[in-house]
Amino acid sequence: MINFAQTFIDALSLGSLYALAALGIGLLFGILRLINFAYGDLITLGAYALIIPSTEAVATLFIGGWPWFMVIIAVAVIVVAAALLSDLLVFRHIRRADPATLMIASFAVSFVIQNVILMFYGSRPKSVDLWSNLNYQIAVSGLRIPLLQIVTILATLVLMGGLTLLLKRTALGIQMRAAAEDFRMARYLGVRGNLVIGLAFAISGVLAAVASLLLLSQTGTLSQTMGVPLMLFAFIATVVGGMGSLIGAATGGFAVAFASVFLQAYLPDDLRPFRDSFVFGIVILMLLFRPAGLVPTKALVERV
Amino acid sequence: MTDTAQRRFLRAALPVLALLLGVTAITALVALLGNDEMALTVTEALVRLIVVVGLSVFIGNSGVVSFGHIGFMCIAAYAAAWATCNPMWKQLMLTGLPVFLQQAQYPFWVAVAGGAVLAAAVALVFGAVILRLSGIAASIATFAFLAIVNNVYSNWDSVTAGVSSIIGIPTVVGPWTGLAFALGAIVLAFWFKGSRFGLMLRATRDDPVAARASGVSIVRVRLAAFVLSAFIVGIGGALFVQFLGVATVDMFYLQLTFITLAMLIIGGMGSVTGAIVGVFAVTVFVEFFRFLESGVAVGESVLALPEGSQEIALGIGMALILIFRPKGLTGSRELRLPGLGSSRRAMAPPLTTTEATARS
Repeated sequence: MINFAQTFIDALSLGSLYALAALGIGLLFGILRLINFAYGDLITLGAYALIIPSTEAVATLFIGGWPWFMVIIAVAVIVVAAALLSDLLVFRHIRRADPATLMIASFAVSFVIQNVILMFYGSRPKSVDLWSNLNYQIAVSGLRIPLLQIVTILATLVLMGGLTLLLKRTALGIQMRAAAEDFRMARYLGVRGNLVIGLAFAISGVLAAVASLLLLSQTGTLSQTMGVPLMLFAFIATVVGGMGSLIGAATGGFAVAFASVFLQAYLPDDLRPFRDSFVFGIVILMLLFRPAGLVPTKALVERV
Repeated sequence: MTDTAQRRFLRAALPVLALLLGVTAITALVALLGNDEMALTVTEALVRLIVVVGLSVFIGNSGVVSFGHIGFMCIAAYAAAWATCNPMWKQLMLTGLPVFLQQAQYPFWVAVAGGAVLAAAVALVFGAVILRLSGIAASIATFAFLAIVNNVYSNWDSVTAGVSSIIGIPTVVGPWTGLAFALGAIVLAFWFKGSRFGLMLRATRDDPVAARASGVSIVRVRLAAFVLSAFIVGIGGALFVQFLGVATVDMFYLQLTFITLAMLIIGGMGSVTGAIVGVFAVTVFVEFFRFLESGVAVGESVLALPEGSQEIALGIGMALILIFRPKGLTGSRELRLPGLGSSRRAMAPPLTTTEATARS
């Protein structure tokens, strides 16, 4: 029972991280039909922004040494700027392209960001000590819970709450939801397309920034591809949850995390290394048998 | 053959011949006049040409973007590695291999054929499952396939040596072998494009409802293209490891997927000519930046671009193409030779105005 509870908390914390990233991806897909591969690199960028650019093997903290709320704000500003820039330079010019072309364009953006990071920071992974006191473990009746897991879960709850308030209670949020539902119709009714899209990019940037800080304090290592696995799981989370639905993206994040944590815990030893294959296999099954995802939206006319 | 049939055949065959000659001429020029390093570059480019032509067989005709073909390349490459690498090493490191692979060392052509057939077989099974999906959903499924292949081959230690490399594969592929297979791939791609299946597949791409109403089974024609393209890509994979001499899982993942797709898109997704032009353009472009990265002497000082600039330039170049020339450098049209008239006119006599109005 202790084992099950421990696994459950692990899954909850991993699910929070996936849900955060999945929300960022789902938001853009809902409005733009863009599967943003560069999202993983925005996460990487957020983490690298903490240190002084140099190709030295040892990382020197720059923003990372500031008080925690300053760190969050500064990283969020940098990542949001990069996200808006990617829209301004690339995605804005191919709004009418089909989703596959958009996905390829985001591949190109991702490739550029990765190599810009390589150019300024060198290719060697660096270890960074960010908020290491979060690894302190709290013992509760036989369970050992790292503080970081609690922080991750709380941060996700706060951001999801904030996002829900923004989307349900503010005029801009309502416009965004309208745009996600039917972009063309929303524009006919006076929603300003580029404003809504810019806001979506900005919010996805904030989510990426928080995800990058949580990821880095968990792993403690910077590398140019550190954001890619998180992006991949977040991406399949949006597919599992239902593309274009935000509740779906969050649900999908938790579903994927629970699937992978419980597979890790209960798969036979021989099959455990292939856990990710099972998770990706689930995605293919979802596409085949429940293409609208766990939480279907009315928005998708095309079967996705 | 009647006179018109003969001329029609010539009109179809001559541009293909011109392309084959072009590829041959460039290869010969570099292989005969360039140094060893340039011979390596041209061989790698020819292997990539095979892969990109293979991609275009499926993507160009079906209009469905596949992110999974590098997975087929990986499967074929490992099959070729199993067949050709040193038996002593295999028995030591790859203990999970079946005996017939572990004990013996097979010749080059067995490895290529075996790899390509294995890739095609996997494509047949996987394609039958996912090709009923439409558009972006199918693309996502192919992506999941790539991730699965990567995960399995990274962790199946007893058969693939995990994330470390398989070494000791005889390096028998040079520019001429690469050229022979590249020409074969181009001919195969044009043959498929002109075949009944190719026509039906493009009909499903342009108007799925009308195609289905005309009795075309979308899944069946897509599957045919998928298997053929996996076969060609598989040949590319099998040649690639016998060119490099080593096989590592990470060679066949996102980076190569991006570069081959970039080549296809830059050249023009809808035509075989586009695939060829794309490989050529990207190779020249990347080599040019690699040259700048290694440093150029300007008077007293040496100017060099920092590491990573060739990749950045490639990414920017690709974004520019997507924005300004979404159909690629060739506009996704095939090569047309002057003096032969357009291929469309060769197919059917030009319509008179009344006919055209009546049909539209």
